[in-house]
Amino acid sequence: MDFNDSPQEAAFRAEVRAWMAKNAAEYASPPATPWSEAQIVALGRKWLKRKADAGYATITWPKAVGGRGGTAMEEVIFRQEERKYVLPDGPFLSIGVNMACPAIRRHGSPEQYQRFAPLTLSGDIVWCQLFSEPAAGSDLGGVRTRAVREGDNWIVNGQKVWNSWAHHADWAILLARTDPGAPKHKGLTFFVLDMRTPGVEARPIRQITGRTDFNETFLSDVVIPDSCRIGEVGEGWAVAMTVLMNERAGPRDKDGLVLRLIERARSAERPGGTALDSAQVRTTLARLYAEEQGVKYFGYRLLTSLSKGEPPSPAVAMIKLTQTHYAQLANAYAMDLDDFAGLFETPERPHQDQIFFEYLYQQGLRIAGGADEVLRNQIAERVLGMPQEMRADKDVPFDQIPR
Amino acid sequence: MNFDLSDEQKMLKDQVSRMLLDRAPPARLRELIDAGQDWDPDLWRALADMGLLGAAIPAEYGGLGLGEIDLCVIAGEIGRAVAPVPFFSSICLAAEAIRLAGSAAQKARWLPGLASGEVVGCLAVNEGRGFAGDRLEAAVSGDRLSGVKWPVSDAGVADIAVVVAVENGRTVLGLVDLQGPGVTCERLKGFDELRPHHRLAFSDAAFEAMTEADAAQVLKALYDRAAVYVAFEQIGGAEACLWMARDYALERRVFGRKLASYQAVKHNLADLYVYCELARSNAYWAAWAMETGSDQLPAAAASARVSATWAHEQAARENLQTHGGVGFTWAADCHFHYRRARLLALNVGAEEVWADRLVGALAGGDAR
Repeated sequence: MDFNDSPQEAAFRAEVRAWMAKNAAEYASPPATPWSEAQIVALGRKWLKRKADAGYATITWPKAVGGRGGTAMEEVIFRQEERKYVLPDGPFLSIGVNMACPAIRRHGSPEQYQRFAPLTLSGDIVWCQLFSEPAAGSDLGGVRTRAVREGDNWIVNGQKVWNSWAHHADWAILLARTDPGAPKHKGLTFFVLDMRTPGVEARPIRQITGRTDFNETFLSDVVIPDSCRIGEVGEGWAVAMTVLMNERAGPRDKDGLVLRLIERARSAERPGGTALDSAQVRTTLARLYAEEQGVKYFGYRLLTSLSKGEPPSPAVAMIKLTQTHYAQLANAYAMDLDDFAGLFETPERPHQDQIFFEYLYQQGLRIAGGADEVLRNQIAERVLGMPQEMRADKDVPFDQIPR
Repeated sequence: MNFDLSDEQKMLKDQVSRMLLDRAPPARLRELIDAGQDWDPDLWRALADMGLLGAAIPAEYGGLGLGEIDLCVIAGEIGRAVAPVPFFSSICLAAEAIRLAGSAAQKARWLPGLASGEVVGCLAVNEGRGFAGDRLEAAVSGDRLSGVKWPVSDAGVADIAVVVAVENGRTVLGLVDLQGPGVTCERLKGFDELRPHHRLAFSDAAFEAMTEADAAQVLKALYDRAAVYVAFEQIGGAEACLWMARDYALERRVFGRKLASYQAVKHNLADLYVYCELARSNAYWAAWAMETGSDQLPAAAASARVSATWAHEQAARENLQTHGGVGFTWAADCHFHYRRARLLALNVGAEEVWADRLVGALAGGDAR
């Protein structure tokens, strides 16, 4: 048992470190003034191109399609090294590289792949995802956005939501309903959509945090040429599954959260001492720490299995489930430690605002990219071998499902 | 990254698991309880014959000379089977104490017997309420010990005890022959009949001091290590509960469908799986820290202890709950774990103690 790289992994890491030192020098520390969204996108395009030119944007792709033919572990190592820098990155890059391109390669034609992959990897087009709808979240198969065939075109009408960075995207991957008379998963078709097409309107949504990371996107008589259909008509669900398998909206690394909480407890004065003197505080902190470290070392166990070339485990679901659980509690507890005053930012507590933000944001992460309930189902069904959920809408034509 | 058991350790795990399934099935456990037996000496002999008792004892003292991680693996399987043997007392406490603090002569005298199973040891620290060592009244004067120790696990079958006492206001550690004069042993009425606990009364019993080093520090190190072994035992038990509940839920049908198809049941068991894996991950970290002598051991051991206790107790309770009424019967196997989970949650100190030690280790000071 050890935490060391294998000799091959160590060699790859050294190569990546040297490359990053040379190519990401300007991102070694945070920018003097925070980047605007437009700047992040502009810089992100260039960063992706630089990575792609060196083969690091597509490490696990086969060499035949412009990849590096590398291992999943090499990709993990690259990401670990990348995280040491402050890079202009965002979903507008990963949706294109990790979701759109693999789906087009697997389900689209060679011509479609040639049309989109090089432009994506060069940063010339950045992408967004038009999947979820107001009435189709965890139950994504319930999308109602309609695409109707008209000659060589499709006419699309509907409303999408939770579209990260859609207002900056050049193209979108889109899931739409082409046959309302078929059972819900069988009436879907997958498209790519030029976001500059008339009738596409992305409106930022103001969120609980006050930020506007997401959009709702309205599609009104949008014309999509049939050449932008990926896969067969009615096969959209399979394409969407390929996309979601590659979704890496993974949680951020949070190691150190509880150590910071211990420092807060130490500085929180109580009659005759500090909060850190309280057995109840120590028990709360210990439980949070055990959860934080447990999931960190669980991640190391998954990496071990990846390093041995084993297929990804469905148990990966527990990482986000656990991280959001303790992070939400820990950020609430950071307020509790100061009692009533914990709800206010003051000169003595200049970073309390960051705690407020995290407490709000963690609730969003419990929903995004697989809600807690979906992840528990995944563990029960795919790890423990328990039966799938009963589905009241199974085999029922979509237009006859009660709403 | 190689944060997993080795292939040899996985083989060891399978081997011990199969042997215990064969030699200590639930029917045998019920038989022992009904007969009022303190342990299963045949099973003890079988474990000794496989070399498992001496797994982590150096070869020069008759052991296999494997590492601590191997011992953890065995402890995990003991916990899975609720095996009625004094493995934890004799190997994870007494033999470990002698390895940590015994003189060369004491190691040569006792470790071979502990490794072969001919000698059974136990650890006598507690004196009634409170965490081990918090209250020490048992006193050594010259080479004689007087005082009362309870609860002491497996004292009824032990030949020797490692005893913590005070001498001239200083904590000391020493060995007592339980067959010698001035020792009486009384079985306590306990919660888990498969692991008996006793009250040991010493009255001018012969006491052989073990170490010149600070016995309080030895005790702290011993408990860090003990916490890791118990964590593995707890995780073995927790996983047994999880899979027992899963199997029952798949077999049982209610309202025309499998119990396992209800989301309330699925989510409950998914949570147990998460608790088990978090605990196992912390326990691997702690086992690694123990085997490599890392200074992270106090924090890692306490993390493993906190998460394993949580996993085991939740799994033991929810396993019985999943079984419904049948789980409440003597004939079902849930009660072995339901009782054992409470025992292991307290036998090396309650959560409050380990939370205190954990925050103490992290905050750069000692426990309060």
